[in-house]
Amino acid sequence: MRTVDLSRTSLRELNAALHALGSFTNETHWRVLNPRGQHAIAAGIDAAITVEIEGHVGYYCAGMNRDATVVVNGSAGQGVAENMMSGRVHVKGDASQAAGATGCGGLLVVDGNASARCGISMKGIDIVVKGSVGHLSAFMGQAGNLVVLGDAGEALGDSIYEARLFVRGRVESLGADCIEKPLDEQHKAGLARLLAAAGLNGAVDPGSFRCYGSARKLYHFHIDNVGSY
Amino acid sequence: MEPLDRWIHTPPRPSATFDEFAIAEIRRAAATGIYDIRGFGAKRKLPHFDDLLFLGASVSRYPLEGYREKCATDVTIGTRFAKKPITLKIPVTIAGMSFGSLSAPAKEALGRGATAMGTSTTTGDGGMTPEEREHSKILVYQLLPSRYGMNPDDLRKADAIEVVIGQGAKPGGGGMLLGQKISQRVAEMRTLPEGIDQRSACRHPDWTGPDDLEIKLHELREITDWEKPIYVKVGASRPQYDIPLAVKAGADAIVLDGMQGGTAATQEVFIEHVGIPTLAAIPPAVRALQDLGMHRKVQLIVSGGVRNGADVAKCLALGADAVSIGTAALIALGDNDPHYENEYRALGSRAGAYDDWHEGRDPAGVTTQDATLAGRLDPIAAGRKLANYLAVLTLEAQTIARACGKSHVHNLEPEDLVALTVEAAAMARVPLAGTDWIPGVRGF
Amino acid sequence: MCGIVGLFLKDSALERELGALLAGMLGTMRDRGPDSAGFAVYGAAAPGAIKLTVRGPRDCDFAALVRRLEAGRTPLPHVVYDTHLVLTVRSADEAAIRAEVAAMSELTVIGSGRRMAIFKEVGRPDKVAERFGLDGMAGSHAIGHTRMATESAVTTDGAHPFTTGPDQCLVHNGSLSNHNALRRELIRHGLSFQTENDTEVAAGYMSWRMREGASLEQTLNASLTALDGFYTFVVGTETGFGVLRDPIACKPAVMAETDRWVAFGTEYRALVDLPGIDIARVWEPTPAKAYLWELR
Repeated sequence: MRTVDLSRTSLRELNAALHALGSFTNETHWRVLNPRGQHAIAAGIDAAITVEIEGHVGYYCAGMNRDATVVVNGSAGQGVAENMMSGRVHVKGDASQAAGATGCGGLLVVDGNASARCGISMKGIDIVVKGSVGHLSAFMGQAGNLVVLGDAGEALGDSIYEARLFVRGRVESLGADCIEKPLDEQHKAGLARLLAAAGLNGAVDPGSFRCYGSARKLYHFHIDNVGSY
Repeated sequence: MEPLDRWIHTPPRPSATFDEFAIAEIRRAAATGIYDIRGFGAKRKLPHFDDLLFLGASVSRYPLEGYREKCATDVTIGTRFAKKPITLKIPVTIAGMSFGSLSAPAKEALGRGATAMGTSTTTGDGGMTPEEREHSKILVYQLLPSRYGMNPDDLRKADAIEVVIGQGAKPGGGGMLLGQKISQRVAEMRTLPEGIDQRSACRHPDWTGPDDLEIKLHELREITDWEKPIYVKVGASRPQYDIPLAVKAGADAIVLDGMQGGTAATQEVFIEHVGIPTLAAIPPAVRALQDLGMHRKVQLIVSGGVRNGADVAKCLALGADAVSIGTAALIALGDNDPHYENEYRALGSRAGAYDDWHEGRDPAGVTTQDATLAGRLDPIAAGRKLANYLAVLTLEAQTIARACGKSHVHNLEPEDLVALTVEAAAMARVPLAGTDWIPGVRGF
Repeated sequence: MCGIVGLFLKDSALERELGALLAGMLGTMRDRGPDSAGFAVYGAAAPGAIKLTVRGPRDCDFAALVRRLEAGRTPLPHVVYDTHLVLTVRSADEAAIRAEVAAMSELTVIGSGRRMAIFKEVGRPDKVAERFGLDGMAGSHAIGHTRMATESAVTTDGAHPFTTGPDQCLVHNGSLSNHNALRRELIRHGLSFQTENDTEVAAGYMSWRMREGASLEQTLNASLTALDGFYTFVVGTETGFGVLRDPIACKPAVMAETDRWVAFGTEYRALVDLPGIDIARVWEPTPAKAYLWELR
């Protein structure tokens, strides 16, 4: 196991070392100490390694992550796991705005709350938030699943494409073209898998969620929808 | 006596306010209930480079001969922070245009032509195609609000990264691609259902404001190990503020796109009524760089209505490091070719005026996803045409520079220019020809 | 575009360290705002007296100024901090002394209050803090700001905090979009402005509302409709502070609290050196909600 103390080593050295790892590296377990809110920690990893960060991180932690497992034992600033391609990012505390923004794949788990715009423009990432999410979550969400055990703020799924949203608690309001949809067996099976992947094996009943998605009325411009624009 | 009725017929007088375009547009809006969408840039007459002239050598200044007395044209971008700045052989690059708005052969042709002349092309709002990376030796990869197709592998394959805040045709607007052009391949690249109208985000999803842009640029540098130059592209609006902010946010280079800059598709009102002319944008941008001590250290690339080598030379004389061409490059490939006049007429337009690029029915095969139409465009021949055109742009700029006594096109300066109109003199801050007068600055 | 920091002490044992803690927070935010910096410190009040913060040019002869103002009056306690002078005057004398200072073109009163003193200058935030000796200052609470000028010039006048009334100040991260029209309206109501700065208009708007009788909370709520654009505002008051984020809330804001203090930072990074940060409750204020904390 490699331990890197960011109060002694620069962020550049840490990220350069992580980027230098090939797919078949032996150094698969890393611990990062004293992050102290720095930005872009563990951004751009492209290897199936595990990185545990002891403390709070700033913006863009694990940005564009591919294949790695990144665990933040603290809270994360704006854009955690932004544009993630694959792998797993687990924030034990809260996540700030734009968590999982434009993510294309992989799984982002937030044990606490995520803030506004969680999953904005998501393109295939799966996100499980055990707390609540803020306003405009899944704005323009194109693909992937957003699962929220708590509540969702205003304008959930505004202008959504094909992403699927599952919220167990209260939804403050739905955004343009986002509607509730019947929760079918296929949804529940998918939910069960995601909840298990997030470490909630059997603890939460998939049937207790409501499903939201696109009404598909904005797929082609029509003047009668002008109020939505 | 003459019959009285010879006196009572006056010729019909069209209104300058309600001209034929205004009237046709009102009728179209009333019939369809939707704003007009089109491609191309601002079409109305605006103060532009034609309003400036060069002062060639005479008695007080001496020209350079051609051939042996070289006039160099190279430019290096990204000297501020990048480990691998890029060097272009000519100060003309190809602007960002997406695969999706353009056909695959068009993108290939752009790559071939640019590479033949030692310059760069730029991806657009849809991501990088393997063909483009293969055919373009120097490739700039755009990061846009949509993040369609964005991924770290392409980021690392790129030679430079361009963070797009806006473009000249629509500063404050986002990308637009209508269903007709969302083919299966385009849809897959953008993670969208085939055939739908793509809606657009106008702000970036994970940062707003130059203070947070700084942190985003830092992230991009960390992901790419600080190798690649990072450009920041803005539509010309408030360049006197935007340029210092881009510098403070950490840009290696700035791309400034005036209102004449083209687009694949946006609302007509956006194109014609938002943003300022390229001519008006360059001097405040250059002044801002000079005030920060960053002129030539943060490179300025200007675009929006560059058509010929004189335009290139004038941009450089005003202080730009390089220019970028979009519309002109498409025309060089064959867009709006009179050869297809009958087909343009059938589409309700004519060669030279065709701007319904959003419909994806381009007879020239440039702004379409239709396989048959795109098949008309031979990427090798079109690439050759683009290379020819770029060579002419460069030769013309060199001719002018030599006539002004310059051994490098970068040595052109504002004092080599005069203006033909009061507006151009005020905007470009060069004197009205034959006088000392720069409105607002001196001489009157 | 900017960084905001704020620290509000519950435990009076920390009051001597207020300045040092704030200086650290301000220094961390310098990347967000390299152009200028400012801060307001709420120190001890003297009974029946008002502090006036006066700003002058470099090498201003403040000693001469004080002698002039003291003519015919009891001695005026005062401290010089680089280009700023903090003068303690009797409440009854405030108006007259302000008028005398206003008559001197090189000087401006940039803040007044029973407890508040304001300091601001052009330059890198850590250097600005050093010039004023922030880390030696004590008090119950303080707000700081680092500025990246967006649409108005980098001048001291353009630096934040702006005062909105006695013991009140405002700092802002973001960019307003209707401030020019609002400025013209406020000028018709008798306010005057020194800069083209959007924050100065927000401060003027808040002063005006409170002058007309609104509470700070009512004023912050009214701001949600009166001000257009993007903003995180932190307002300092004699006894605490207020926070307001616009409804779209793109500009960041982080808060932390322990039983010894409440802190605000534009980024979490600004809070990392606060004592007990590891066990603090850390959260983000909700958009479009006026928060007010009264600590005393």
